[in-house]
Amino acid sequence: MTAYLTVIIVLLLLTLLCGLWPIVRGPTAADRMLAAQLFGTLGVAILMLLATLKQQAAVYNAALVLALLAPLVLIAFVKLAEREK
Amino acid sequence: MNIIDLFSMTMIAAGVFFFFTGTLGMVRFPDIFSRLHALTKADNLGLGLIAIGLLPQMESWVGAAQLLLIWVIAIKAGAVSSYLIANYALTTASEPDHNAPDHSAPNHKERTAAERLNHGP
Repeated sequence: MTAYLTVIIVLLLLTLLCGLWPIVRGPTAADRMLAAQLFGTLGVAILMLLATLKQQAAVYNAALVLALLAPLVLIAFVKLAEREK
Repeated sequence: MNIIDLFSMTMIAAGVFFFFTGTLGMVRFPDIFSRLHALTKADNLGLGLIAIGLLPQMESWVGAAQLLLIWVIAIKAGAVSSYLIANYALTTASEPDHNAPDHSAPNHKERTAAERLNHGP
């Protein structure tokens, strides 16, 4: 189970690396913010897997905080774009 | 390896599959609305399947409840931010370019015609 979880975490990190490409290319700013949302969710998944792998219960709290803070970035982006309009 | 570990491994593998296809859709799809469609699959199903797969590995009920709480928060956050992004793209950005290849095709033809005129006999 330990080796399996390690492989899964590496696969998710490679997926995160592929998710960098829309940030480079993305025609509009909204596309780049979509990549930011994907990073939040993938980060939560990686943190949950790491907490189970290392048996560290505190990392679950870090995943919870990341899941709470990730939408604030998008809300701030949309509010800022509405103010500039 | 007992049956509980097998269940966890299957669920986590399915979650990774959904994450991968969501990222692939976000890279490959043409406009922002279809990208949003691909991303919500990764958000809800991928994270949910990984959380379900990790549930039997938890040692306490508090930890299991915390995992489910993380999943519920991620679902709510995904719904809110997807609505905000779609509304932003609908109101401020331009039209979704359904016919982007149609724009490039006549230009390409015109350019080749001009080149043929310039470099003709």
